[in-house]
Amino acid sequence: MKKMLMGNEAMALGALRAGVRVAAGYPGTPSTEVLETIAKEKSRGNTDAYVEWSVNEKSALEVAAGASYAGARTLVTMKQVGLNVASDPLMSLAYVGVKGGMVVLVADDPGPISSQTEQDTRTFAAFSKLPVFDPASPEEAYLMMADAYELSEKYQTPVLFRPTTRICHATASIELLAPLPVKEPEGFVKDSRWVIFPKLSYQSHLKIEERNRNLRAELSGYRFNTQSGSGQKGIAVSGVSGQYIREALQILDVKQEYKLLNVATPHPFPEQTALAFLAGLDEVLVYEELDPVIEQELQRLCGVHRLPVEILGKGRGFTPAAGENSTENALAVLRRFFDLPADEAKTPDAPPLPVRPPTLCAGCPHRASFYAVKRAMKGRKAVFAGDIGCYTLGNAMPLDMTDTCLCMGAGITVAQGIKRVEPDTVCFSFTGDSTFFHTGLAGIANAVYNGAKIVSVILDNSTTAMTGQQPNPSTGFAATGEPAAKISIERVVEALGVPHIAVVDPFDSEAAELAVKEAADCDGVSCIIFRAPCIAVSRPKPRVRVNADKCTGCKRCVREIGCPAIIKGENGKVAIDASLCYGCGLCLNLCRFDALEGGEI
Amino acid sequence: MFNILLCGVGGQGTVLASKMLANCAVNRGETAHTAETIGMAQRGGSVVSHVRIGSDAFSPLIPKGCADTVIAFEPAECVRVLPYLKNGGRILVNTLPVKPTTDTLAKTSYDAQQMLAFLKEQGVDYRPVDGAAIIRALGGAKSLNVALLGAASAMGMVPCSLDEMETVIRTAMKPQFCEQNLKALRLGAALIAE
Ligand code: SF4
Ligand code: SF4
Repeated sequence: MKKMLMGNEAMALGALRAGVRVAAGYPGTPSTEVLETIAKEKSRGNTDAYVEWSVNEKSALEVAAGASYAGARTLVTMKQVGLNVASDPLMSLAYVGVKGGMVVLVADDPGPISSQTEQDTRTFAAFSKLPVFDPASPEEAYLMMADAYELSEKYQTPVLFRPTTRICHATASIELLAPLPVKEPEGFVKDSRWVIFPKLSYQSHLKIEERNRNLRAELSGYRFNTQSGSGQKGIAVSGVSGQYIREALQILDVKQEYKLLNVATPHPFPEQTALAFLAGLDEVLVYEELDPVIEQELQRLCGVHRLPVEILGKGRGFTPAAGENSTENALAVLRRFFDLPADEAKTPDAPPLPVRPPTLCAGCPHRASFYAVKRAMKGRKAVFAGDIGCYTLGNAMPLDMTDTCLCMGAGITVAQGIKRVEPDTVCFSFTGDSTFFHTGLAGIANAVYNGAKIVSVILDNSTTAMTGQQPNPSTGFAATGEPAAKISIERVVEALGVPHIAVVDPFDSEAAELAVKEAADCDGVSCIIFRAPCIAVSRPKPRVRVNADKCTGCKRCVREIGCPAIIKGENGKVAIDASLCYGCGLCLNLCRFDALEGGEI
Repeated sequence: MFNILLCGVGGQGTVLASKMLANCAVNRGETAHTAETIGMAQRGGSVVSHVRIGSDAFSPLIPKGCADTVIAFEPAECVRVLPYLKNGGRILVNTLPVKPTTDTLAKTSYDAQQMLAFLKEQGVDYRPVDGAAIIRALGGAKSLNVALLGAASAMGMVPCSLDEMETVIRTAMKPQFCEQNLKALRLGAALIAE
């Protein structure tokens, strides 16, 4: 019987089917549910694999590397920017190799929908010289996982596995297959191969180049690298873009002949399959997202083999240079490619639609923290260096409390840099609890060591909220929900030598404001830990009400904090959306006419 | 192939609703695909869920102009996704608006009536549902999603019968949520019968 599985679940189950023994990762949209699924399977007793949320992607990859050295099949999961953090161990591991099969699942996010960059892990695969699998659907991803482990063990190399958002978060009905026979890990065998040395690296480099040359031929026989059709026109696709093309071809009902090349392993490129595809073609449309990986491989092949084939893709502006592909775009591109009349259909002019920028939840403790800092800094020159997490949403009006956001952990260090140029500005950084352990620690050490005068605000909401509430080192829970060691953030910053530390409940408005003022006037690094749980891991309190007799409609409450539960009411007054209000009490003191009542502070 | 687009605002429960529809189809032995908005937009942004039933759907997302049915949890979101509706497609729309935070401060107000009037003008088969009444009857907005599915099913707008949905609720949900959701399902269906 088939089961509805999200792509991320399918890949997790595919890895378990292939006998994964150790799984480690760091949460990041769109990859998060892969590891979560393995943790769930573990708590249900369906696997005895070891699973952990590591503190960051680098740690996850290294844990898995060790386990693979010892002969176990391993899985590492992250989003594309996480690979930047893990790239140091990965680049070296590519030379050292593994024993137990190792799949590094890196989810790309064309669009980007929930990411900082549109980087392409297929390009990273070429850079790190590692094989990469690029599934086109959840169904395919499920099956491909076993192939990836097989290839990894055969060549004793880590293998990249690169789904995109539309694979990760698509759900499909999938037939689950029986587990594959896997041999028991042999254990760690001491061997000089595990110690990377310049000489060893040179020899490895030669071997890797030779292996990849051979793989270009071997992967040409891989079942998901296919070419079909006939004629002088060809279409080359990879990943979910192939699905858009297939859908569009079906809609257009194209009568002309064409060939179709599907590349499931963009690196090493299936050369023979591609050459068979190119034979006899006049022109090729390449439809892929992010980098022109397939496009450039085809151009290279045409150059080497002197094939007079026109390659139409990103380079010629025939397809979009950035962003997500879609069936709609595929339709337009195919119409041009096949000289079909353009679509004349017009959509009627709709009335102006409300914009709905994502906002911090009603009752979110970050709102209280930001508001406390904002009040305390009123009239003073201050810069707010933000970071990655729900609290990036502090950038929205009316809070407007995120001046910079670069990458995980950067807030703390960017604040230091700004301070060096603007000594008279109070430089704040905002870092979440999970981000603090991810890459924030080094920034604090840097500030203390180099005597940077910044205020590092740590927003401890007891969870990794943006990705859907994963535990982290400050929560006291492990990936499986079992109790784990709980690391105290205040004791960590104390040990790092931060001279001034305050732990405050941001909903205690007066104490919070005072703590910020004190910290801002400190000499040296100061740290404020705002501690209050995310609404997703806490219970609502009694809701507040608006006393319509008292509300004058001045909207001060809305202008100050922008809580989504405070909405427009009748006669220009405000009202509370009872389904949203969490009773946090932040708005209670804001009304000059005491119109907001109830709740508790 | 049958395409159902669900749209609303983050937190309204479109994901669960799309899962239920897909599971009805899979229980009958059909092929189903869904695609969801997950991530930042879930925090109060516009969200859509695509449900595709049948083995000839390739893209995880319904192409524009191809949705047989749109189930809108919110009037403005319905207008936003209108380009997805195919010629002759049908719409079920909850008339209760969700006002964005930005709107509270804006000079001009977002007017749900204007959205509904626009939908009417388009001459499409559209059926308003009184979400406010559902929330009153259920004592909260939690199961509004299931009530809307009940209404869509009773209207014959989705290829999923009330019995099939009931089975999905009973098998997929924890017992403590079952009763509430079954109540919502029947309420939604009854609303259409009126
Ligand atoms: S999920 Fe939690 S941390 Fe994120 S915005 Fe909502 S309350 Fe705040
Ligand atoms: S108490 Fe006020 S600020 Fe807090 S969630 Fe309710 S309306 Fe928003």
